[in-house]
Amino acid sequence: MEQLKLNNADFEPISDKKFDTEKIAGESTSYWKDAWRRFRKNKLALAGVVIIILLGIMSFAGGPISGQNYYQNDLMNANQKPSAEHWFGTDNLGRDVFARTWYGAKISLFIGLMAALIDLIIGIIWGAVAGFFGGKVDEYMMRIADILYGVPYLLVVILLMVIMPPGLWTLIIAMTITGWINMARIVRGQVMQLRSEEYVMASQSLGASNSRLLFRHLVPNTMGPILVTLTLTIPSAIFTEAFLSFLGLGVPAPLASWGTMSSDALGSLQYYPFQLFFPAFFICLTMLAFNVIGDGMRDALDPKGR
Amino acid sequence: MAKYLLKRLGYILVSLFFIVTITFFLMKAAPGGPFASERKLPPAIEQQMNEAYGLNDPIIKQYGDYLVNVVKFDFGPSFKYTGQEVSDIIKRSFPYSLILGLEAIFLALAVGVLLGVVAALKHNKFGDYIAMVIAVLGISVPSFIMATILQYIFAIKLQALPVARFESFAHTILPAVALATTPLAFIARLMRSSMLEVLNADYIKTAKSKGMSERVVTYKHALRNAILPVVSYLGPLVVGILTGSFIIEKIFGIPGLGNEFVVSVTNRDYTVIMGTTVFFSVLLLFSILVVDLIYGLVDPRIKVTDGGGKE
Repeated sequence: MEQLKLNNADFEPISDKKFDTEKIAGESTSYWKDAWRRFRKNKLALAGVVIIILLGIMSFAGGPISGQNYYQNDLMNANQKPSAEHWFGTDNLGRDVFARTWYGAKISLFIGLMAALIDLIIGIIWGAVAGFFGGKVDEYMMRIADILYGVPYLLVVILLMVIMPPGLWTLIIAMTITGWINMARIVRGQVMQLRSEEYVMASQSLGASNSRLLFRHLVPNTMGPILVTLTLTIPSAIFTEAFLSFLGLGVPAPLASWGTMSSDALGSLQYYPFQLFFPAFFICLTMLAFNVIGDGMRDALDPKGR
Repeated sequence: MAKYLLKRLGYILVSLFFIVTITFFLMKAAPGGPFASERKLPPAIEQQMNEAYGLNDPIIKQYGDYLVNVVKFDFGPSFKYTGQEVSDIIKRSFPYSLILGLEAIFLALAVGVLLGVVAALKHNKFGDYIAMVIAVLGISVPSFIMATILQYIFAIKLQALPVARFESFAHTILPAVALATTPLAFIARLMRSSMLEVLNADYIKTAKSKGMSERVVTYKHALRNAILPVVSYLGPLVVGILTGSFIIEKIFGIPGLGNEFVVSVTNRDYTVIMGTTVFFSVLLLFSILVVDLIYGLVDPRIKVTDGGGKE
């Protein structure tokens, strides 16, 4: 058996200076930092962000780069194949498809972002008020939302497009008139959940007004699900725009959107399939990018997903 | 149960009343009369036409008459196609849409559930990635682009299937596939995540530890429980198929109700627009009710009797 060799020094108390027990090993992270760290790991979602940024840049730079514009008819050069002069070819009126594609990107992205933003504002206010006050207020507000929700979204949009003069804003208004309900429901659910938290009570007992409680405390804490819904609203708005334009109810000429371009190209699909290819490809790419970003954000922001 | 059903029917009636009222006043507010065309009608004839269609009555009386007629499922004559009743147009075109819709729903459910289950069973393996790539693409490619791609490849280039019209089963394949794409992708994703959740549940481990075969556990225990979210997705599925039919029927030249609706919108054929809108709404509200009832039957944890339903 081995002999333990001990001396007096081994029985000295350990100085607490040697170990900093209070020190936290990792750097403290906030909710958003943590979410960003997880989002960054998702290569697919990052690729989506890069694609959207590129599309955004090209929507402004695309026209000037090619030196063509989106509205100039040139019937002598109609239905050209992609060439050095017309990079994506020309359509049935001889308009440059490259310039039109990026102009369409501007319109489609603008409609998508705008519709999502308006949905966001109305949805947050409606949902937060209903969820916060509860009771009768909640019941009536949500009943109104339920009735609107019962009518199919596209049906309402099409009916509104019939009676309103055609235009960009008509399209956006038609899309937001029932589009906000989804957002309102999500915000309401979140606010109802958070309303009974201690920090709300603490703030309330310190005399905070209702609007301060709502917009300083409750709404910021529901930002995660709101952002996810927002990124998933954008592709659906872009889809709706393309769908309506395809039916001939979208943005009026000479404005071009990817939907109207696809619709125009459909007639000559058999002979000039490339005319359909470009707008269709970019619709799919944009929707794909936003969907992937939305999925990535949901995974990153959902605390349960850890 | 009976009380719940009555309450739901009451809500449906209220919703329908709103829809009928709103469509009526929207169509009245729409610019351009029903007889506005390039060729100006002599005023006397226009006067007579207005008289014949009851357009000279005060708006409240028109509204009252309209409500009464809607209850009788009589939407009046089409303004564009003389001699055709709106209800006849609906009766004539709806069967096409119904066949197409049912095919698409079946396709979306069968393939979607299958893909989802495969993805969950092969979690983080090749099969999972393939299924999820299909699902993400399905969500990102709009139905009308899918339809034109299918049409171009299978009908124009390969000449394997008919380009358009609706005469035999072969005619229905391409439109049904195009219509089913997006919901199929949604169902696959839904099924995958719920299957993954269920496969980790304790009762699955219990079943496995009792020595049951993998197959019995997967199909008898897991699948039955995992399919519940898909059942609750049936409502949005019906909506999606219905609105999707507007564009798919147009692309494939199918004389269905969706196509009639789109044509009536471009023609500003107000009575047809109103009739189809009301018909669509009735169809949807009832199919959502049926879905909720089915959900209550399938999942014993949800009692339909206590008012709120599934909330």
